[in-house]
Amino acid sequence: MANEEAVFFSRVLTELTLTFHIIYATIGVGVPLMIMIAQWVGIKKNDEHYILLARRWTRGFVITVAVGVVTGTVIGMQLSLLWPNFMELAGHIISLPLFMETFAFFFEAIFLGIYLYTWDRFENQKKHLLLLVPVAIGASFSAVFITMVNAFMNAPQGFDIVDGELINISPILAMFNPAMPTKVAHVVVTAYMTSAFVLAAIGSFRLLKGSNHIYHKKAIYLMMKVGFVFSIATALIGDLSGKYLAEYQPEKLAAAEWHFETEENASLILFGVLQDGEVKYQIEIPYALSILAHSNPTAEVTGLNEFPEDEIPPLYIHYLFNIMVAIGMLMLFVSGLYLYAKRCGWRFVNKKWYHWLIVAGGPLSIIAIETGWWLAEVGRQPWILRGILKVEDAATTSAHVDMMLIAFALLYIVLGIGSVVILSRMFRRNPVEQELQDRSREKGGDIQ
Amino acid sequence: MTLEIIGITVLWLFLFGYVIIASIDFGAGFFNAYSLLTNKNHILIKIIQRYLSPVWEVTNVFLVFFFVGMIGFFPKTAFYYGTTLLIPASLALILLAVRGSYYAFETYGSRGHKGYAFAYGMSGLLIPAALSVSLAISEGGFVSLVDGAPVLHYRELFYSPLTWSIVFLAITSVLYISAVFLTWYAKHAGDEEATILMRKYALIWAFPTMITAFGIIVELRAHNPEHYENIVDIWWAFLLSGLLFIGTFWLIWSKRQYALAFCMLVAQFFIAFLGYGWSHRPYLLYPHLTLYDGFTNEAMATALIIAFILGFLLLLPSLYLLLRLFLFNKEYVTGKKNHHV
Repeated sequence: MANEEAVFFSRVLTELTLTFHIIYATIGVGVPLMIMIAQWVGIKKNDEHYILLARRWTRGFVITVAVGVVTGTVIGMQLSLLWPNFMELAGHIISLPLFMETFAFFFEAIFLGIYLYTWDRFENQKKHLLLLVPVAIGASFSAVFITMVNAFMNAPQGFDIVDGELINISPILAMFNPAMPTKVAHVVVTAYMTSAFVLAAIGSFRLLKGSNHIYHKKAIYLMMKVGFVFSIATALIGDLSGKYLAEYQPEKLAAAEWHFETEENASLILFGVLQDGEVKYQIEIPYALSILAHSNPTAEVTGLNEFPEDEIPPLYIHYLFNIMVAIGMLMLFVSGLYLYAKRCGWRFVNKKWYHWLIVAGGPLSIIAIETGWWLAEVGRQPWILRGILKVEDAATTSAHVDMMLIAFALLYIVLGIGSVVILSRMFRRNPVEQELQDRSREKGGDIQ
Repeated sequence: MTLEIIGITVLWLFLFGYVIIASIDFGAGFFNAYSLLTNKNHILIKIIQRYLSPVWEVTNVFLVFFFVGMIGFFPKTAFYYGTTLLIPASLALILLAVRGSYYAFETYGSRGHKGYAFAYGMSGLLIPAALSVSLAISEGGFVSLVDGAPVLHYRELFYSPLTWSIVFLAITSVLYISAVFLTWYAKHAGDEEATILMRKYALIWAFPTMITAFGIIVELRAHNPEHYENIVDIWWAFLLSGLLFIGTFWLIWSKRQYALAFCMLVAQFFIAFLGYGWSHRPYLLYPHLTLYDGFTNEAMATALIIAFILGFLLLLPSLYLLLRLFLFNKEYVTGKKNHHV
């Protein structure tokens, strides 16, 4: 086939763009909520530290949002540039949530601009809190709508194909497809969880680097609390996602779990390696897969051998699944233990090693997000629209995709380095001690 | 009015919104870089930054809105334009990314990085050039179907005078629109020095804009006679647009009523833009794709229009609030108060 190369490079470029975009997008969805919570706590407790927390997070957030917006624009247009056949078909059925996503994004953009440039303009801090509500809503709803599009690719419905013609199209049915509830919930909740752990990691890092300010301690405690709540929610929704897969996409679940034979009392395989079709060094948890799939330890779970060979996803997604779940569990444990220990007055959580653990939690959560997305996307191979359109039939026929891949890779390197350098410089030059001093001078000394 | 016409009108209005807002943005970036080169940066930097900072994200949304809406209402355009525009659109995207990050990086990070400011200024000319290529393509003659897939002929496109006329119009009108707006804005902010400079730029860029606009009509006569005929049929619209141009020019020349001048400029472009779009009907890509065979199904079209109306009810008050707080807020505009986070 003449365009095999274009298919390959289109896949690589899409993966590269999305992998880069979701780092910033996840932060973009989660952080507005954290800013809002900090602002709210600050008002409720009448504590200037939390208000400053909101302010400093916002400043950093602007940098990430800028990169998120531009890479989001890139992926939005790349969908049509790299996958014209897919978009032509999908445009007929699923463009409604795509369209609504831009509205949510528009809404967020307007109020973020207002919030950023009206700081201290109103006497009443509650007005600033009110400006944050549409920002957080807009951010979360753009995730909701865009995930609906992705859910549709996993479980297409809301139309019939008769002799190659699309008929009986229902945009609403396409939006509310079976994959939608678990996907949307999982994406939104993990974005909150990740953002909370990233912000906790920053506070923890400052403590390790010599600051001993109560401000950072308040930040860590607040974010561990929020992170813990959303980790529990993530685990619950992850369980529901397993049940969804067993019902609607058994080949993805079977590939992720290396479950080859259809059987009852199926056990869950953790870790391990695959050598010549044999699973080695694994930990097997009896009945767990049956429970995950059907809430019943003796239920039958469909195995991979039931599917035609050219319709099963690559088996390496098992490793992605393991990494994602392991990190999720670790963070649930780290944050839960932290809160419990604080309550009981156990001192070990104030030790250096525990703070390093919290610092590691930030990047680890991002890795979990990445592996989770790779699992979801590679697990859908070879389909772009499951059961309807294969990836190789959807890609562009245009040459030069390889050149564009290089150009975009360079762009992401520049944006990635630029955002990291500017973020670190911004906060190193103006540490919180300095800013608190400046503010207290401005306000006549009523803040410490 | 059919659903197709409603759909394309909505999209055309959004494109128009993007053209005006983005022109102000792109032009401002260019003038900013140019003033750095001529050491006049201290005059312009304040008014440019003050206006642009709160709205840069909003500008971007207009573009996203347009191309997402295009796929929604006319999914076949994904097939034709998606395949053919890979290179020009990718280049525009990369430049847009550099621009978008500029505001955030510049405002918060390294204030006054010269290399970045120049890249930013140049992108203000290159993005409209890259994006306007799609308008040239839409006139036909540059795309043919090979094995059922559209293929763009870069050679023909590059050597066509029509392409270059459209590219030049895009660039000159960016500079002209931006200069007129910033003249008004500087005056509004009470910044005499900046007003004088921007007024000069507005007068300089007025004529190239008109000349290239006429150039395109002449080129079309040879390139796409059908479109040319349609344009001649509504000559009065373009005449009206020309009169408005003279009005704007006269007001700026005589240093009066810059606000009215800017309104007349918007009206001038609005009429010309609508006239161009109207005469382009029914083709989305001459002669391969029309409004009617590229249109989505009825259920989706209805859903999109309902979503559009609801979304707009949400956006209009928000946009009004944004304008009230910044553009039309005397204290903010004149820089008496700085309330940056």
